[in-house]
Amino acid sequence: MFPLRVTDVEINIKSKRLIGPINLEIEQNGISILLGANGSGKTTLLEALHGLKKLSAGKVEWTISHSLAAKEQAFVFQSPIMLRRTVAENLAFPLKVRRLSKSTATAEAMAWAKKIGLENKIKQQAVLLSGGEMQAIAVARALITKPKMLFLDEPTASLDGATKKTIEDILIFASRNGTKIVMSTHDLGQAKRLAKDIIFLHRGVVEAHCSKEKFLTEPTSKAAKQFLAGDIVL
Amino acid sequence: MNEILQGLIQAFWLVLSFDSELITISLRSLYVTVTALVISALIAFPLAAFLVVTRFTFRRAIVVTLNALMGLPPVVVGLIVYILFSRSGPLGVLGLLYTTSAMIIAQVIIITPLITSIAHQSMQELWSDYRNLLISINISKMQRVGTLMWDSKRALITACLAGFGRGIGEVGAIMIVGGNIDNATRVLTTAISLETSRGDFALALALGFVLISLAMSVSFATHWFGKTERGDLR
Ligand SMILES: Nc1ncnc2c1ncn2[C@@H]1O[C@H](COP(=O)(O)OP(=O)(O)OP(=O)(O)O)[C@@H](O)[C@H]1O
Ligand SMILES: [Mg+2]
Repeated sequence: MFPLRVTDVEINIKSKRLIGPINLEIEQNGISILLGANGSGKTTLLEALHGLKKLSAGKVEWTISHSLAAKEQAFVFQSPIMLRRTVAENLAFPLKVRRLSKSTATAEAMAWAKKIGLENKIKQQAVLLSGGEMQAIAVARALITKPKMLFLDEPTASLDGATKKTIEDILIFASRNGTKIVMSTHDLGQAKRLAKDIIFLHRGVVEAHCSKEKFLTEPTSKAAKQFLAGDIVL
Repeated sequence: MNEILQGLIQAFWLVLSFDSELITISLRSLYVTVTALVISALIAFPLAAFLVVTRFTFRRAIVVTLNALMGLPPVVVGLIVYILFSRSGPLGVLGLLYTTSAMIIAQVIIITPLITSIAHQSMQELWSDYRNLLISINISKMQRVGTLMWDSKRALITACLAGFGRGIGEVGAIMIVGGNIDNATRVLTTAISLETSRGDFALALALGFVLISLAMSVSFATHWFGKTERGDLR
């Protein structure tokens, strides 16, 4: 079983090929990590899967209907988008739009604020917080609806070790509790810690999609070898 | 110079003695402009938000037209409303000419494009921030409109302020459609115009003084409200 199948997807802007053609099957279990250099197309691919980018060709199919899939997924953007509201209101927002009662939404927001260690800042304006704090809020806000599918675009790129650990733990917990996670990262260490399978993107195409172990020990493509070697040099 | 001084003294005197005619005229001014402003806001803000969150064929044309209508000369608006509501006009049966209702209608036409444009501009900026998040959270069009309006409320208050200033100081249109009838449609601006032509500069100045104080106190009140509302956020 796979929750998501990508067939011959291409995204072009004014005859410039950004990504594609891409064929992928993403399975229900574990965390799938999207690896690739800057400009390789990670953001474009994730946004395409989430339905934020219009496909120039191909299709993205879910095991559930498209309209249901749209409700059951969430996205954490590379640069966090904060509503011009308080931390609590940011966290509660997805619940509020789904018309949950105010008390439930507030309680959930408080619980998530605790999980990310921001319970003392719930009354503050979110846009005034640090980049790392905003990123943590974005992750919590995405998970607050318990989505079936969560896309994250380099969510821990600017975080210190402790915050990164907090978020990784939250993601592992969510993954074990039925949320499929697809996440891009630059951080090979993170890929090693989290991934079940690795999707390696190079110049807009998938050069490898295999288990983490296989990718790390016997990378098939030249670009993947270089990517792994780059990590050792650094 | 002497006249200005006299005007100020007389203005103080009129205000301090709660001159009943002055109060009636001032309240009528406020009634006409505030009513027009409320109606305009009810049209303008949802319209502006709708124009931001939807894409349809004539959207840009509408935005450009609204911007152009901002510069609509009030006298011409007055003329058009006059023709519509004059006894032989298409809406003549309503018998609204030379009433405050006609004045309100004229001011709605003058104010609406102005505050729509201001609101549209700021909501457009907010939307480019929010777009991906709001689409990702899968909220309805109506909810997008609501979120944009709520989160740009400060800009909307500023728009109202601009609309109030435009309306309260406007004389050309309301003179034509209201007729400056004593005890019926006379407002501050038309009274000033009358007293000036009569040569009673002192009274005209006194009225002008009240007009300026009205505009300024609304502005201060709004500013103060905005400050307490948002706390430390710029
Ligand atoms: N709207 C756009 N118009 C033109 N080119 C674009 C557009 N969006 C992305 N690109 C190009 O598509 C390519 C892939 O971009 P993308 O943002 O997906 O890369 P990425 O893998 O996420 O990179 P990074 O690691 O820096 O975030 C880049 O070469 C980028 O310049
Ligand atoms: Mg990216």
